[in-house]
Amino acid sequence: MATVERIEPKGERGNIVARSWDPVTRIVGNLGIYTKIDFDAREVVECKSTSSIFRGYSVFMKGKDPRDAGFITSRICGICGDNHTTCSVYAQNMAYGIDMTHVAEWIFNLGEAAEYMFDHTIFQDNMVFVDFCEQMVKETNPSVLERANDTEAPHGDQHGYRTIGDIMRAFNPFTGDMYLAALEISRTTREMFCLMEGRHVHPSTLYPGGTGTMPTSQVFTDYTARLMGILDFIKKGVMMNDDVFDFFYEALPGYEQVGLRRTQLGCWGAFQDPDACNYRYEDMESWGNKMFTTPGIVVDDKLVTTSLVDINLGMRVMLGSSYYEDWQNEETFVSRDPLGNPVDQRHPWNVTTLPKPQKRNLEGGNYSWVMSPRFITPDTQEKLALETGGGPLARLWTTALAGRVDTGYVRSTGHSVEINLPRSKGMPETTFEWRPPQWTNALERNRARPYYVAYAAAQAFYFLEQALNEVRQGHVRTFNNFDVPDEAIGCGFHEAVRGVLSHHLVIRDRKIANYQPWPPTCWNASPRDSDGMPGPYEDAIEGMPIFEENGPDDFRGVDIMRAVRSFDPCLPCGVHMYLGKGRTLERVHSPMFGNQHG
Amino acid sequence: MTDARPFLKKEPTGPFKYSASPGFDEIHILWISEGMSCDGDSVSVTNGSSSGSIEDVVLGLVPQTPERVHLHNKVLSPTLGGGEFLRPYFQAVNDELDAPFILVIEGSIPNEKINGDGYWSSMGNDPVTGEPLPINWWIDHLAPRAWAVVAAGTCATYGGIHAMAGNPTGCMGLADYLGWDFRSAGGLPIVNVPGCPVQPDNMMETLVWALQQAAGNAPVIPLDEALRPTWLFGKTVHEGCNRAGYYEQGDFAMDYNSPKCQVRIGCWGPVVNCNVTKRGWQDGTGGCPNVGGICIACTMPGFPDKVMPFMDEPSGGSLSSKMITPYGRFIRRARSITNHSLNREPKWHHNRPVLTTGYDPRWGQRGQNK
Repeated sequence: MATVERIEPKGERGNIVARSWDPVTRIVGNLGIYTKIDFDAREVVECKSTSSIFRGYSVFMKGKDPRDAGFITSRICGICGDNHTTCSVYAQNMAYGIDMTHVAEWIFNLGEAAEYMFDHTIFQDNMVFVDFCEQMVKETNPSVLERANDTEAPHGDQHGYRTIGDIMRAFNPFTGDMYLAALEISRTTREMFCLMEGRHVHPSTLYPGGTGTMPTSQVFTDYTARLMGILDFIKKGVMMNDDVFDFFYEALPGYEQVGLRRTQLGCWGAFQDPDACNYRYEDMESWGNKMFTTPGIVVDDKLVTTSLVDINLGMRVMLGSSYYEDWQNEETFVSRDPLGNPVDQRHPWNVTTLPKPQKRNLEGGNYSWVMSPRFITPDTQEKLALETGGGPLARLWTTALAGRVDTGYVRSTGHSVEINLPRSKGMPETTFEWRPPQWTNALERNRARPYYVAYAAAQAFYFLEQALNEVRQGHVRTFNNFDVPDEAIGCGFHEAVRGVLSHHLVIRDRKIANYQPWPPTCWNASPRDSDGMPGPYEDAIEGMPIFEENGPDDFRGVDIMRAVRSFDPCLPCGVHMYLGKGRTLERVHSPMFGNQHG
Repeated sequence: MTDARPFLKKEPTGPFKYSASPGFDEIHILWISEGMSCDGDSVSVTNGSSSGSIEDVVLGLVPQTPERVHLHNKVLSPTLGGGEFLRPYFQAVNDELDAPFILVIEGSIPNEKINGDGYWSSMGNDPVTGEPLPINWWIDHLAPRAWAVVAAGTCATYGGIHAMAGNPTGCMGLADYLGWDFRSAGGLPIVNVPGCPVQPDNMMETLVWALQQAAGNAPVIPLDEALRPTWLFGKTVHEGCNRAGYYEQGDFAMDYNSPKCQVRIGCWGPVVNCNVTKRGWQDGTGGCPNVGGICIACTMPGFPDKVMPFMDEPSGGSLSSKMITPYGRFIRRARSITNHSLNREPKWHHNRPVLTTGYDPRWGQRGQNK
């Protein structure tokens, strides 16, 4: 048992206790969550998120050959590094003035589809769901487990688990059969990935201008066989998740408030359409709208834009409560975009990273190496602490409302997304329909994840058909050659597994003059910005009620961790571009109990 | 050993000394990915399959390993985090862990001697002072107490990408930090498993060997001078590459559209110690030059600076490829003639009303074949 810090009551508040989780487990990277909890009101009154690792990518990439960028930036992240390589290739293609062959685009799309299937599965089933498994629920909400054991699972006849409690048991770590099956599925999907991109997680076969993967009939056959082999699991996954999350709403009235925020979601689009994509900035709005997951911004359930040019120009990076010097008076690398639109000094193209190490100060000072990216809406110029919804929530929502995707396997209706999966070994042909939920909260961020696994699987069937069609017509060139220009700019937009990813590139004298990757966790984990606006994690947790049955003395914080993990935190991304040193004298204690797990 | 922190209940009595192959029936794996890493090596071990999967190890299903193996790894930990997760690490520092442990380090080790009173990377806070505990503090306290120490991935082995020229942290590999002659409490040198990230089966196979050694069922892991397992890193990428046949024939890819040998467009395979072309990446699928990805030498101590820019022809590649070209052209020509012949069936395969196979049931009996 750890000591806890009692805080003097302020106003009517009493019994406020500081609690922290540092490091947060079952994520990638070093994340600390620092909260103050009012145990009388059973509510979190304050939350701050921080990180503690500094590597300095943007700094040591300066002056390097721009063609190396895709290889280097992959190393930013150990679970979705390929998303960085892909995004870097997109940005470089624009800078070099080249496009990619059709079959190369299909290979990229198939690789990225496999990555979504892999990463969402291992994260959802082996990390997120540990918070919803029998063992955890027994330790935090025993009455909920009792009820789960008595509640029939609505889809039990299809996925084979009779009660909600049976589903929870299936996710017990290292023993539950869904937990173990998910590890196996994450291997099969990584084989699919390796067929397209060579190695996981830092790909070997992706280059600016294309890929070295040979588009043989064999690689697509091998991919198809594995895809068919995991379809039963994918279908069951959607149903089991629905059952559990619907049960939580019933069993714990008010649970919709866990991780709840106003809906303000961004998606930068995924899966290029080779018929449309020429990588020219001037045409970016039109080819962006042809992507097989539509880019866009959703605010208060309305689609604000789907234009990648609007998205690009709306990005602002604020210093916030982070350890940097301002670059307002530093060099402006790009003053106007290729369409002639003015580019703000706080836009990624113009960020100069100036680290300023200092003591961590969680009480009104600076406390994070993550800066605060914000979004200025094109219509109302409102500043938003935009989030990714963990990735899938934003991707499904923008795609649903935009009404632009229709491959047969996936169809956007303008108000929902229909996902059609063919017959598989143990399950019939299945159609799922995802509709925008009532809330942007922990359960809905999590629920969207298995739906997007189904989405990626369904689109992969379409990509396979297109790729084989190219091969059978003899269109097997996978690479377009290029020269690195003396001076150029580029930008790439993609969806990392956990959400928006952009790379902004400035080339001078054929070298990198500035390289700014802005990945999802920068948006989600951002601290309070220069105006005091909290970042998405902080916003989602502050004011959140506590449902855990344990009191302050044996508190585990499972509701808070469910809220944090629903964003799919990935901290190496959050702090990839920063270096420096910090020091803290804050006196905050960690809870220290529970089972010691082997 | 650096300063003891106030929370240390007593001056640690350890490190205990063990033998190299001691016969433990219970052991912990304390895995720290809070070096300057991407956690890609932790993610990698979740795909190991053909050499004993991580869950098989934890469930005691791998033959000849200790009966009880407790894995502590942030990415896979069932805990909610914070102190709950850190407890066994603190216990190990205090010599209170109930069984010996293997320490696995992932990520480059920052140089803390150049940054005053700050730190580059930390794991958790000191429970008494609330100060972050730098990764170097953990290594200082845990490495001498560990029965064995394993460095996972090129960052931890040799510094890797974050130790690139121009880096601000002065970071390095674990052996650079602890000393190349470091010995663990089991009297063992650091075991380096390089790779960016580690090839999953290479990592699991090494870990399994270490566990079998801990159980007293295997000899000491054989290492080369770079502390790599010899059987994994004793051969080059090129020696195992299915495209090396093109090299022998002087037939080179001039861009990435080609299925031929990539040494002229950036592949360093002929001089890189790695088995990826033999083993593939995920249960035999994927890899590097064998599937069209140039070898960028990611397992090597000289990675990445000595091989950048990655997409240019390696130094020396031009000379060796020129030298083999005349021989290769001749061999290719000669082989094409033989190949042409092999592509023809023997002339006695026909449907004419006559047998021309040379059928002779009493072969050798009439003295004709003497």
